[in-house]
Amino acid sequence: MSQKGTGSAYFIEEKREDLVRHTLSILVDNEPGVLSRIAGLFSGRGYNIESLTVSETEHEKHLSRFTIVTKGTPMVLDQIKNQLERMVPVHRVMDLTVEGEPLERELALIKVAGKGEKRIEALRLAEIFRASVIDASIEHFVFELTGRTAKIDQFVAIMKDLGLIEVSRTGIAAIARGPQGMQGRTRD
Amino acid sequence: MARAMTGAEIVIKALADQGVDVVFGYPGGAVLPIYDELFQQEKVRHVLVRQEGGAVHSAEGYARSTGRVGVVLVTSGPGATNAVTGLADALMDSIPVVVLTGQVPTHLIGNDAFQECDTVGITRPCTKHNWLVKNVNDLARILHEAFHIAKSGRPGPVVVDIPKDVQFATGTYVGPSTASLSHKSYRPRLKPDASAVERAVEVMAKARRPVFYTGGGVINSGPKASQLLKELVRMTGFPITSTLMGLGAYPANDKQWLGMLGMHGTYEANMAMHGCDVMINIGARFDDRITGRIDAFSPGSTKIHVDIDPSSINKNVKVDIPIVGDCAYALEEMIRLWKSKAGQPDKGALKAWWKEVDGWRARDSLKYRKSPDKIMPQEAIQRLYEATRGRDTYITTDVGQHQMWAAQFFHFDEPNRWMTSGGLGTMGYGLPAAIGVQMAHPKATVACISGDASILMNIQEMSTAVQYKLPVKVMILNNQYMGMVRQWQQLLHGNRYSESYTEALPDFVKLADAYGGVGLRCENPGDLDGAIAEMLAVKDKPVLFDCRVANLANCFPMIPSGKAHNEMLMGDNVTDDEVGKAIGKEGKMLV
Repeated sequence: MSQKGTGSAYFIEEKREDLVRHTLSILVDNEPGVLSRIAGLFSGRGYNIESLTVSETEHEKHLSRFTIVTKGTPMVLDQIKNQLERMVPVHRVMDLTVEGEPLERELALIKVAGKGEKRIEALRLAEIFRASVIDASIEHFVFELTGRTAKIDQFVAIMKDLGLIEVSRTGIAAIARGPQGMQGRTRD
Repeated sequence: MARAMTGAEIVIKALADQGVDVVFGYPGGAVLPIYDELFQQEKVRHVLVRQEGGAVHSAEGYARSTGRVGVVLVTSGPGATNAVTGLADALMDSIPVVVLTGQVPTHLIGNDAFQECDTVGITRPCTKHNWLVKNVNDLARILHEAFHIAKSGRPGPVVVDIPKDVQFATGTYVGPSTASLSHKSYRPRLKPDASAVERAVEVMAKARRPVFYTGGGVINSGPKASQLLKELVRMTGFPITSTLMGLGAYPANDKQWLGMLGMHGTYEANMAMHGCDVMINIGARFDDRITGRIDAFSPGSTKIHVDIDPSSINKNVKVDIPIVGDCAYALEEMIRLWKSKAGQPDKGALKAWWKEVDGWRARDSLKYRKSPDKIMPQEAIQRLYEATRGRDTYITTDVGQHQMWAAQFFHFDEPNRWMTSGGLGTMGYGLPAAIGVQMAHPKATVACISGDASILMNIQEMSTAVQYKLPVKVMILNNQYMGMVRQWQQLLHGNRYSESYTEALPDFVKLADAYGGVGLRCENPGDLDGAIAEMLAVKDKPVLFDCRVANLANCFPMIPSGKAHNEMLMGDNVTDDEVGKAIGKEGKMLV
């Protein structure tokens, strides 16, 4: 079905605008269902989620912080921010990518099994990547690795040939550079 | 003042403290404690609907005709799921409704208990916000918060789900003032950025071909916004059009009024939108029914957009001057600046613009051919309008051709007089909405303009209207088709009327009679005025007026799907063949 050329409201996405990747930080009340509210907004309105991380960050104030990596046209990214901001339990939305290159880290647990030369090679590479061994037997290791997504991707790719069994990753946690906190910044 | 009560008592006390005089609902196992409290008091009246969907539409009608919050009380499971359509409807049209649902006791939640469903999960995407109350001590605060959120900012529906054990438990009541005035994170912006309004007024003052395009936001903002709109429009001398949702905010009897715009809007309104150099959007959201083909939408204009919801800005159409805030605040500031600025628009240019607009107006796009032996649907609405002039009249509609004809031919001079399902397009909205309106305005003339298909979607509410002696006038434009579906099949699908003809319609006169209402029928144009007069004279009971109209009438003018504002189909000279070819291959894929 050819949908191009109608230019109707239904096919706005068909205009091939360049998609850009942005990292958002969202401060919310840590109340039941808040994750489904945020995730439901993205699925309901057809936005992308590349990575989503959430945890309570301020226990006394019941505040949780989401880090969401999303992709869209500049108009859609503005929409995402505005749609998030109008949700009742949302305190603050910050587009970290707009603020400057954000600091992004991910944690991965990587299980590798094998014997002999491959096992030694896996351990050697883990040292190079500064992964630590958090569980081991004579036939396996579990590595813990923290870093940028690309670094983890690379490590996982190398481990494929050395007996990779499985990987668990947290998704990205991000924070803006500089002395100011998210709540200290003036609203734009 | 804090004092101990049961959860059910807290609910009733909170409703009374919120000034609620009527609740639309239907009892069931999980709300029995609340119904028991309702029974023992007299402050809050209850209207027993016949299906929960009707309760929400009634609450919507109540809310839209009064500017207050509509309240619904239903049970768990099917009670809540039946309410979902109404919630989605109220969310799309930004109508403040508080829906209280019963829930199975806390310890049974998640057990697939009898009449259990995940109400907050199901209603999350069709409410502004919702709550499951697990602790009776949170109940009063949440209820007050629910009212606050429903009616403030961009209004919308909210759900409070209350498990049965919470209704029985004893807890502390807090009043509205102590409960929710400073919400932790919810702070809608009411006052617009002064510099944005200033820039807007500067652009308006330099306009040569301006047009106001207003929407439901003006009505939601309250009567003062409509008053201010009138003032600003008259002061500037600019033409004004409005969306379906905004009808009545500006008087339709005024000479600056161009009629409704959009898919079935007038030629002059759409051409003015297409040709303007400055568009002033107050409280409308560039819906696809308004814009038509989006890359050809008003190509040469500087666009000003006032909206209380920042997410409405730049959603469909990129605007030049966004103004986030309540319409009344923005209008007030615009008026102040307009008065203080010496720079007024070029009178000559404005005069030339009006000449152009009047040329489009002279096209008389709503013209239709009358028939000597058949009632034309447009004519039926015109006659109803004439017959109700001078009365205190409220109009509700269902969805389809009759709805568009009502918007075109019934003229509203005041806000809150017109209740229609705009965004969601819910057939079955009209009768329950009319019941809600009549409950709020017992002495007014409340008419529901409906179709033979729509009315059957919530016909059971006739029983409600009879029970409460509500004299709602249901005028059914009966063409035996789902008219708008049939029209689209004619336009798009080679006249193949797949399932759009109703083979076995009930005898509406006997049906009205069976419910205990009044049934009327009219087939002859000569008898129309008499039948309408008879309908309007009925007191204390609902009327079903089976108005037999020309079966195959089409609703024109029309912007076919995928076309722009200046590519309208007109009714007066279009042949069936032209109608059949009006929409191209690509347009057929659109809704």
